[in-house]
Amino acid sequence: MATRKLLGAMLAAFALASPTLANAQVRIAYIDPLSGAMGATGEHGLRELEFAVEAINAKGGVLGQKLVVVPMDNKLSAQESLILLKSAIDQGIRYISQGNGSSVAGALIDAINKHNEREPAKSIVFLNYAAVDPDFTNDKCSFWHFRFDANTDMKMAALTDYLKGQKKVSKVYLLNQDYSHGHQVSKVAKAMLAEKRPDVKVVGDELHPLARVKDFAPYIAKVQASGADTVITGNWGTDLSLLVKAAKDANLKADFYTYYGGTVGVPPAMGDAGIDRVKVVSYWSANSANAAGQAVQDAYRKKYGADQDPYSQSIRISAEFLVRAMEKAKSTDPVAVAKAMEAMKIDGPFGEITMRAEDHQIIQPMFIATFVKGGGALKYSADGTNDYAFRADARVEAAAAARPTTCKMKRP
Amino acid sequence: MELFFTSLLNGVTYGLLLFMLSSGLTLIFSMMGVLNFAHASFYMLGAYFGYVISSYVGFYPALLLAPLAVGAIGALIERYGMRRAHASGHLAELLFTFGLAFLIEEVVHLVWGKSPVPYRVPPSLDGPLFTLFSATFPTYKAFMMAVSVGMLAALYALLTRTRVGLLVQAALSKPDMVEALGHNVPRLFMLVFGGGVGLAALAGVIGGNAFVTEPGMAAAVGSIVFVVVVVGGLGSITGAFVASLAIGILQTFAVAVDYKLPFFDRVTVSQTAPVLPYLIMVLMLIARPRGLMGTRET
Amino acid sequence: MTRSRLALWAVTLLVLVVAPLVFSKGFALSLLCQMGILVVFALSYNMLLGQTGLLSFGHAVYYGLGALFAIHVLNLNKVPTPFIPLVGGLAGLAFGLVFGYITTRRAGTTFAMITLGVGEMVAASSLMFPAFFGGEAGISGNRSQEPFFGLTFGPQIQVYYLIAAWLVICVVAMHALTRTPLGRMANAVRDNPERAQFVGYDPQRVRFLMVALSGFFAGVAGGLATLNYEIVSAESLSALTSGMVLLATFVGGVGFFAGPILGAIVITLMSTVLAGYTKAWPFYFGLLFLSTVLFVPGGLTGVVVLQKRLWDAGLLSRVAPVYVRMAVPGLVFVGGAVVAVEMAYRGVRLPGAWLGTFAAMAVGLLAARWLWRRESDRWAAALEALAGKAAP
Repeated sequence: MATRKLLGAMLAAFALASPTLANAQVRIAYIDPLSGAMGATGEHGLRELEFAVEAINAKGGVLGQKLVVVPMDNKLSAQESLILLKSAIDQGIRYISQGNGSSVAGALIDAINKHNEREPAKSIVFLNYAAVDPDFTNDKCSFWHFRFDANTDMKMAALTDYLKGQKKVSKVYLLNQDYSHGHQVSKVAKAMLAEKRPDVKVVGDELHPLARVKDFAPYIAKVQASGADTVITGNWGTDLSLLVKAAKDANLKADFYTYYGGTVGVPPAMGDAGIDRVKVVSYWSANSANAAGQAVQDAYRKKYGADQDPYSQSIRISAEFLVRAMEKAKSTDPVAVAKAMEAMKIDGPFGEITMRAEDHQIIQPMFIATFVKGGGALKYSADGTNDYAFRADARVEAAAAARPTTCKMKRP
Repeated sequence: MELFFTSLLNGVTYGLLLFMLSSGLTLIFSMMGVLNFAHASFYMLGAYFGYVISSYVGFYPALLLAPLAVGAIGALIERYGMRRAHASGHLAELLFTFGLAFLIEEVVHLVWGKSPVPYRVPPSLDGPLFTLFSATFPTYKAFMMAVSVGMLAALYALLTRTRVGLLVQAALSKPDMVEALGHNVPRLFMLVFGGGVGLAALAGVIGGNAFVTEPGMAAAVGSIVFVVVVVGGLGSITGAFVASLAIGILQTFAVAVDYKLPFFDRVTVSQTAPVLPYLIMVLMLIARPRGLMGTRET
Repeated sequence: MTRSRLALWAVTLLVLVVAPLVFSKGFALSLLCQMGILVVFALSYNMLLGQTGLLSFGHAVYYGLGALFAIHVLNLNKVPTPFIPLVGGLAGLAFGLVFGYITTRRAGTTFAMITLGVGEMVAASSLMFPAFFGGEAGISGNRSQEPFFGLTFGPQIQVYYLIAAWLVICVVAMHALTRTPLGRMANAVRDNPERAQFVGYDPQRVRFLMVALSGFFAGVAGGLATLNYEIVSAESLSALTSGMVLLATFVGGVGFFAGPILGAIVITLMSTVLAGYTKAWPFYFGLLFLSTVLFVPGGLTGVVVLQKRLWDAGLLSRVAPVYVRMAVPGLVFVGGAVVAVEMAYRGVRLPGAWLGTFAAMAVGLLAARWLWRRESDRWAAALEALAGKAAP
């Protein structure tokens, strides 16, 4: 096993060095952080993409060609990503996968638009699996970009739809990281609450610096003083786990509605502090999957460990869309594939998934789930843990979560 | 009123935590004149060692063993790395610790992975200690505060009341003289460095489970410890203590203020809270480079 | 200027002109552009560290702010593209004047800590004021505007030559600066501020001017980055960028004008090319830096220059056999270490492989030490002879 790993790694390095070796292949460049603070998240995504690609290749690949993932470490830097994009183009790669950081995604969309205009014969298609800035499928929409995650506004729409039925929610505190994503969450939360629950009072709208707060006790004290019963936060990573831990320490009796409570590292870091306190709005709900979806999870957990939650469904779905589109277009040419991908539908683990043609935004059902002790009916645990799981409280149908778009798509 | 008292309590707690984090740095600086940029990395190593050791023998033995182990590593690094760098000057020494921080983070990635490890507060210290208004105060935070005050007392006694402390102080200003009197000065420095690193590791064992033990934790505290030491006065233990408390309380109160800053349409005082320590540091260095209680300029 | 020096400049120019014709692929070309930008940035940093003896932990402030002003001006569509770096430079200069006034009241560690604080504050405000700083998403622009003498600056090759032109201008200017009275005084202030003061120069003023000027060149580098990437985000202001330029400069060698140039090239190659081959690149990166600090404080350039001096003195032939003989065990040790690191990163757990690797490393190390004991005399003699020749 170990020797095989070693050999495999050497071969991969060799293949990277000599592009001529790789002809009858469809290669996808995975441009995401593989080192540094966000390295764990990037590696998780890479594993899910490789898992999906292996499954596709086991069934014979696409149009007789194998799929190959070429990982590239962008260190979460927009500038590095642009250089890697050039490197990918040089190697003849036509498909790019990325998800961490809307800053990176925005830079890539920009650069790909320019490149495809300057060299239409070598067009690039961008499969975005997690960058959620709503702009990418609205004002900044691009024919070359496909988003497989729900954007910030869609998640908030699902969340506020759910809150319509939660009469005990009356005072909401917004606590977000002080940067564009946090600003967007705060803005759209206020707008949608005003529309769907005008009786709810927003008792606080706090922004804290990104990844700089060591002790959240003062913020929790403020939430407590405001009398809020619900906190809505777009926080991720340690900013979320530390927040939840501080809430437990001060015995704050409020529910936390989060975007990223289920992502790499957060469940184990929250531990008991998150139980019955943390809720997540997501397109992923491990324990609500249908039989096919469960089979995929079983295979994944068997391969990588029972505590490994394949929650980045979007990345696996993106691979599936790509393959189906190639089969439909009977070609691996990016323009034909992109056209075939528009308005395509597949059956996902939770129901139908559609790529909306107008703006290239994926439309799928969403879930509101609570972080609880695992076991019993909850077969699948939360990421990185064996004793915690997410219990789905509500399902928001695809149509309800969809949002209108301002996109005016320019097609080649 | 309620917010005032909770904030005061939170501020003191945070201040004591800052002191715990920075005491080792002050020790090394005051005795050796070295600004150890890898300090936070040793704090992180302490947390990881604490996690591993406590999973075998429990939390309390780990509280002793982990700092000893990390301290020993620190002493070895001093003996085989720092000393060599010292020979080529002050800048080389500083850059050595800079590079060391980089390397330690990589090693942590390699050994423990990039995700947080499930390092938990021991059950005996888990849970609330008392309730202030509607908020509870956790036992573990009280424990942290006690350790922090204990560190202050021990360091103060060590530096001013013991023979070793006096010797080291003498060695800093007149190393040749102390050497001539028959003391092994390099070994003394090695012990001091090991001790300072051990203190960082102790803070890590305690802070690791209170917060999150992950590879980014060093970078998260990396620069704030310098602020504490610089504002307090480089090399002054009491100064560092006062500065920690002041910064802790100030920052906590700033969070509580929703007043909008003039000229900036969107920014409230509370948003600027975590930047305040750096502002204080810059102002302090310009106005009074010795810091609050420092005895000399850097 | 001596003839050999003139030849060196000519060769450098030729390399700059020919390089993109040899490395014509998009990736190689953008790598060259990246190098050029980092060279300017690192040289500007060495104006502080090497020439004035000021250690700064916040040099990215000038680079990032320069880049930001450049992109805002680029988006106004008023200034022709080739002059955008000048905008960055002027912004860098302006902030250099402001922050330089604050920071240069002190030298040494105090200066370093102030720059750390200023850097942290600017980086933090970049996320707080997204209207100007662009937040984490950054601000993007389009470098190809009205054709300037027929050049649109859309294609990368045109941007390359633009960067190369600015690179030459900046290198010449910074080199000339070292020959001016200000440059000389900066060295004097670095070596002995009291004495500099005694001969009538205010050290604080000299430091202030150097910080401001170095801010200008850092800003030019930022402006070049704006044109190259067409996006500026918070990362260009971050402590990471400040750390990177420090590493590049030091690894290259702070004591030589050319040091940062070599450092920038090596660091770019490591972080971009090496990262494509191995996940362990940050580890090698750290090791390279630490070994530079410990074993060759003069940096890579120091090593090269020493060989050059030995060659000039006709002594290289004496030490060359030492190199050749030392290279064998040295390569065994380094090779073993690389294999060990790679195995660790790939999770290889074969005891045999590990034992073999460690054995190879141990043999290499012991052999190197044994050999060095026999060869060190010859080496020391050569150095002594060199010193003897240089003295009179």
